[in-house]
Formats: sequence, C-alpha cells, structure tokens
Amino acid sequence: MNAKTSNKVATAVIYSFVGIVVLLLFFLIGYILVNGIPYISWHFLTSPSQSFLAGGGIRDQLFNSIYLLILTLIISVPIALGSGIYLAEYAPDNVITKLIKTAIEVLSSLPSVVVGLFGYLLFVIKFGFGFSILTGAIALTFFNLPLLTRNIEESINDVPDLQREAGLSLGISRWRTMVKIVLPSALPGILTGIILSAGRAFGEAAALIYTSGQSAPIVNYSNFNIFSQSSFLNPMRPAETLAVHIWKLNTEGVTPDAHSISNGSSAVLIIVILLFNLGARVIGNAIYRKITSGRRG
Amino acid sequence: MGKNNLGAETIMIPREEIAIETKKIDVYYGSNKAISNASLAFPRFKISALIGASGSGKSTFLRSLNRMNDGIATVKGEIMYRSTNINSVKVNVYQVRKHIGMVFQRPNPFARSIRNNITFALKEHGIHGEDELNKRVEESLRAAALWDEVKDSLDKSALSLSGGQAQRLCIARSIALKPDILLLDEPASALDPVSTSKIETTLRELKKKYTIIIVTHNMQQASRLSDYTAFFHMGKVVEYGQTNNIFTSPRANITEKYISGNFG
Repeated sequence: MNAKTSNKVATAVIYSFVGIVVLLLFFLIGYILVNGIPYISWHFLTSPSQSFLAGGGIRDQLFNSIYLLILTLIISVPIALGSGIYLAEYAPDNVITKLIKTAIEVLSSLPSVVVGLFGYLLFVIKFGFGFSILTGAIALTFFNLPLLTRNIEESINDVPDLQREAGLSLGISRWRTMVKIVLPSALPGILTGIILSAGRAFGEAAALIYTSGQSAPIVNYSNFNIFSQSSFLNPMRPAETLAVHIWKLNTEGVTPDAHSISNGSSAVLIIVILLFNLGARVIGNAIYRKITSGRRG
Repeated sequence: MGKNNLGAETIMIPREEIAIETKKIDVYYGSNKAISNASLAFPRFKISALIGASGSGKSTFLRSLNRMNDGIATVKGEIMYRSTNINSVKVNVYQVRKHIGMVFQRPNPFARSIRNNITFALKEHGIHGEDELNKRVEESLRAAALWDEVKDSLDKSALSLSGGQAQRLCIARSIALKPDILLLDEPASALDPVSTSKIETTLRELKKKYTIIIVTHNMQQASRLSDYTAFFHMGKVVEYGQTNNIFTSPRANITEKYISGNFG
C-alpha cells in the first residue's frame, strides 16, 4: 500500500469512529428529547409532583437540583481553586505532593454510590444532619472535588511559564502574578471544567439518594428565611432532585403517568445541562474578552 | 597554558561610573555549579554584551542580576547596586526588579490589550492616575519605537502583534517602570533581521537613559551594538573589556577561537 492510499484508509477509519460517537450522541439526546418534549408544559414545570395521581409536575425537583448544584459549586469551587493553585504553583516536587496527587486520583475513581453511602453514614447519621440539601451538597463536593482540582491544576499548568516570568520581572509578586496574569489566562479552561463537573453533579442520582433524600416536601417559595423549615432556601430540608426523581419514578413510581413524567424530566434534565453549558461558555468568553481584549487563542 | 592562563589581567575594570557590579558570584543548580567566581562591573549608560556558547552560563549570570534565579538556583556572592548588596535575603526582591528590568528571549506579552500590558505593572506598583498612566504608555512606547505602529490600536490584544512588535512592547513594558538597568536575554534571537535591526536601533537610543546588559548568541550583534563585552566559557568569565579590544585583540586564546567562529 503506498503512502497515499494508507493515508486515505487511516483518515476514513478515523472519520468513521468519530461518526459513530456523533451518531450515538445524537441518537441518545434525540431519543430523550423526542420522547420527553411533548410532555413538557408550563404546568409540568410549575406544579408540584403527585404521589398517586396523574398530572404531577417537577417544580420542586427542578428547583432542588439547581439549588443543590449552586450550593455544591459554592462549596467545591473555592476548595478546588485553592488546591489546584497550590498543586500547580506552590507544591514542591516531593513525596507528599505525589501522595496528595495519588489521593486525588483515587478519590476521583470512587463510585458515586460509595460517596453517597459515606455521606449518609457520616453526615446523615453520625453528625445528625439528616437527609438534607447540605448533606447532598457535601457528598457532591466529594464527588466533584478531585476532577475539579485536577482540571484547575492542569489549566493553570497550561499557562506558559513565560507569562509568570514576565510578571516577576516587572517586580510583581508571585501571588499577584498568579491572580492577575495566570488565572485570567487559565479561566476558559477552568470554566470548562466547572461546567463539566456541574453537568455531572446535576445529573447525579446515586450519591444523593442517601444524602439529600428522596422526598420533596412542599416548600414556600416566598419564604426567604433560610432557617425556616418551610423556606425553599432552607439547606437543612430533604430535597429530591430531578435525577433522583427519574430514578424513583422508574423503580417505584405508582402514578399512572410515571413513564411520561420520567421522559419529560429526562428531557428537562438534558435541556438544563445544555443551557448551562451554552451559558457558561458565553459568559466565559465574554469575561476572557474583557480581560484580554482579544478572542480566545 | 600561556595565553589560556586566566589571570586577572583579562578581566577589565571599567574606569567609568558603575551601575551594577558582581563580586565573586557562584551559581548552583542543586549541586551543579553553573557559574563560578564571576566578578564583573557594568558601566552606567553603556551597552554591555555577554557572549559565549550555549551552556556557558551567560543567561544564568544575567538572570542572577535581578534575582530571577530565586527559587531556581542558588546564587552566592555579592551583587552591588547603589552600594547595596542586592543578593541579600533582606533586600526586597520586587523593588530590585522594578529598578532592574528584564526582557526575555521569546516575546511574552500578557494576554491583555497593548495599553494594559504597560499599565498593569504600573498599577500594581501604585500608579493610578489616568493622565500619568497615559503619559507613561505613550513615553514608553515611543522609547521602544512602537508608538507610531500601535497608537491607534492601544486597546487591541497584544497577542495580535508581530514577534518584533511584541518584543518591543516587552521592552516598553519594562521601561515604563523607569528602571535603571535593562537586562535583555537574547532579545532578538527569535526575530527576523528587520525586527532585529529595529530592536538594535531602539537599544542604541535607550542607552542614553538606561544601562543595558544584553546576552547574545550573535557575535555581529555584540560587536556592532555593545560598548563592553564579556566572554563566558564553561561557567567562567574568560575575558571582559571594551568591545573593540575584545573583537580586535582578544587576550585569551579561547576568546579568539570563539569570536573567529571556531567553536560554539
């Protein structure tokens, strides 16, 4: 086979593999959307779920998912940012650093159901938090932290050393160089990582079944007192998320329209994740443009 | 050994006002000695060139002068600047670098606008007035012979500049801080001949106000640009003196070999 033909064959093989991935993705998303979208209505999105009757909505589950995600990001992003910066910029190249990195890798390969059980035993039972949004957020933080830390570390490492030297040579301290030069350059990568981890957290069910619970108590959306038991913002109340709801509908759902609600919820889940992706990318690019006065390189 | 005997007579002490002087500098990377016993005095408002083969230690030496080797290498000995030993742990290294600026081999503008590249460090050093900032931007860009090319696009990304323009922006960025001394580490080695010649013209202009120390691989550049030349070989300063003398009548054998292109 001459070089030209072998090149053509290799290209064709690569293209067909990519084609398979794209097709699978489109099929999966298409299937979920086609089956789910007909069921989505304003009523579906704004009414509470029903335990036995048909016609229930997903208002509380949708809100719980978003609230839980925000809480998770509030806890995990600063921690991941701190440890990512430390590992990328300050950690000496020694045994302890290697140990930390190995620990992070092990943590990232923990099955989410194990993380959930751990959260259940430690926070729900031992610390007496009960099934609550806070416990769920902590469990998701465990779940999120390793990938987020690795991602931030790598994004920071990707910024050329020349940029750091430039900062230092102008008499700017290492920390200020980090904050003002390196982090902005690493921002698009960091944002992508946060989006990906947010998508994972938003769709996570196993870790939440035992931590944030499987019940969606009726809450009052006009009560902004986070300490009030009936407030929608109370982090100590149990909260069934959308993904848990889908799991529950498909295992023990007794409403006559459980299947349709599950389809509709899945579609909403996918759409929210897509919107989140899109939104974060637009915002990320806008921030990057503002800082750098240029497009992403 | 004869002429290879590296006695003190091959290292000249300029009889001019000295801007910065090293006294018996040793530099170690771990246990590896990269520079030994380097004592050089650089005259004020002159261009001094550091030449030598790859690995001769000239860049390491240059980076020691504004403490850029902190955390990378161990520098022993004294570096006297304005009668202070700036190689002491007690010295504020950020102030040192403000007085002794540096430009690197590869242009490294920040991923920000052209204006921001210059104002960023100024703001970090506490200069905030809009008028003052604008004045410094224009002054430094003019001094780096870049003003006419970018005055209408100050808010464009610095990453859109060509290599030569970016390097002149880096020079402008350094001199905006009004340093005393400018260290340049092979500033033109990544550039085409036209950009190189622009940089050289710029440097000749700049030496009226700044002391310049430049590392270069390019012997022609050293001979046409510099007033003083130091030849480094295997971590030692072999010869130092007025550029004319070094290039026309080198005292050490090995200097002669290097400048006539027999090695390196």
